[in-house]
Amino acid sequence: MDEDQGQRGGVPVTGIAALLRLAGIGAVLAAAAGGFAYAGGWLTPDRLSPARLVGQLEANAGPHPGFRRNHAKGVCVTGRFASSGAGQEWSRATVFRPGTVPVLGRFALPGGNPAAPDAAVPVRSMALQLTSPDGAVWRTGMNSSPAFPVRNAADFFALQQASAPDPATHRPDPAKLQAFLADHPETVRALALGRSFPPASGFGNGTYHSVNAFLLVDGAGRETPVRWAMVPEQPFAPFDARAAQGRDAVFDGLAAAVAQAPLRWRLMVTLAEPGDPTSDATAIWPPERRQVEFGVLTIAGVESEDDGACRDINFDPLTLPDGIAASDDPLLSARSAAYARSARLRDGEAKSPSAIAPPAASPRNAP
Amino acid sequence: MTRSDPRFDPLARLLHWLMAALILAMLFIGVGMVSTVSERYAMLVAIHRPLGVAILCLAALRLANRLRKPAPPLPADLPAWQGFAARASHWLLYGLMLGLPLIGWAMQSAGQVPVVLYGQLALPAILPASPGLHAALRSAHQLLAYGLFLLVLLHLGAALMHRLLRRDGVFRSMAP
Repeated sequence: MDEDQGQRGGVPVTGIAALLRLAGIGAVLAAAAGGFAYAGGWLTPDRLSPARLVGQLEANAGPHPGFRRNHAKGVCVTGRFASSGAGQEWSRATVFRPGTVPVLGRFALPGGNPAAPDAAVPVRSMALQLTSPDGAVWRTGMNSSPAFPVRNAADFFALQQASAPDPATHRPDPAKLQAFLADHPETVRALALGRSFPPASGFGNGTYHSVNAFLLVDGAGRETPVRWAMVPEQPFAPFDARAAQGRDAVFDGLAAAVAQAPLRWRLMVTLAEPGDPTSDATAIWPPERRQVEFGVLTIAGVESEDDGACRDINFDPLTLPDGIAASDDPLLSARSAAYARSARLRDGEAKSPSAIAPPAASPRNAP
Repeated sequence: MTRSDPRFDPLARLLHWLMAALILAMLFIGVGMVSTVSERYAMLVAIHRPLGVAILCLAALRLANRLRKPAPPLPADLPAWQGFAARASHWLLYGLMLGLPLIGWAMQSAGQVPVVLYGQLALPAILPASPGLHAALRSAHQLLAYGLFLLVLLHLGAALMHRLLRRDGVFRSMAP
């Protein structure tokens, strides 16, 4: 090419040649813009975006601005985690060194209704943030059900669509749900498994499972696939809907229990054997797998989300310290992406009071 | 003598082409990651954060270099509005190259999201926790990123016009 001489005053191109070159420039810019539009999903409206996924949750539960789009009904808790040091054999995470770190947490009910009756939801959740002295942050969102009903985001979306309330009856259409279950035997298995772990009478005597598999990474870079669970020291008793009086009976019970004495859980880490699936949250591992106690969680305070520090925390399961890493479970990316979307939406909305206001946080108990 | 050299200095050219690649990659990664719940999401986010910090550092270096060594003059026969557009778009580009990473960092700080770059290396928060600021800065980050992409297209179009139509040496002043 000889056009651009590096000197001022080259001869401009005019006429037909100029038009052709102009068209070429236009084509380059259009191609760049088209590539950007493709990357952003504008050319593929069927792509499952965080906005579509969270939009479906919102459509199912109705609008509740200011609240989480899932696990909307919740309460903040505070406490500490005392690490025994046992975890150091598998993970270099500083949170597993012997010692105690502060914990911020949240107990919640799955679903998008921030005022759901406690008895209506058979699953409960515990979300935690553990902050190590070096500043490393570990967030984990756990469920009382050991298995998740679906394997991936597409199935989660399809299940949400299948359980959407019918506009006429305001109830899910059983035929749609049946059709989904007929196509997803793993969901049927996971739900059956969930039923064999009945809900506990309260938040304090339930076990909470990590939902997904993760990798522990030691100082040499050796990776160990694991799942974890918080196993209560409080004795289990099954939930009895007749004994649970009131819409917020389980939440009220939590506040009453913590007012009596701190609640304690043991962090039990299950080590995978070769061949145990790490990418399938619907399948649990065989019960004979080795379990190691990494430490003890103590929950000593309960406060309303209205003034509790947990409200604005995104318990993204991929907020992990060095020494804990994501597994190949595709749900982890999906949870992370959807939680970010939910956080962005609610953080920009006006806040309404939480349904749960434990006595300790209510004005009438203020000095 | 450098004063009569119609080209940008070698460091400016190196930074320009390096950053052109990084910023284009960053824009596509950013718009892609917020539009998917697929397994790519975690990987894209893990690239987006350290890449943004790299762009911020390079942009600061580039601004310092630009202030030290002025750009070659534009052709004398360039229409005044084009000269104005060139200067204004370049300073807007500098503003966005520095501003977008800072806003991303600030928005994660306000949202209490640790900005982990790699392993134990994490950035400190530059804003206190604030849900309102988190949401507002997220919107700003998104809109300004679209703005930067449009500006990059404009810049590319103008560069090609100089190269293929005007043939006035402006393209060559930044050619690798």
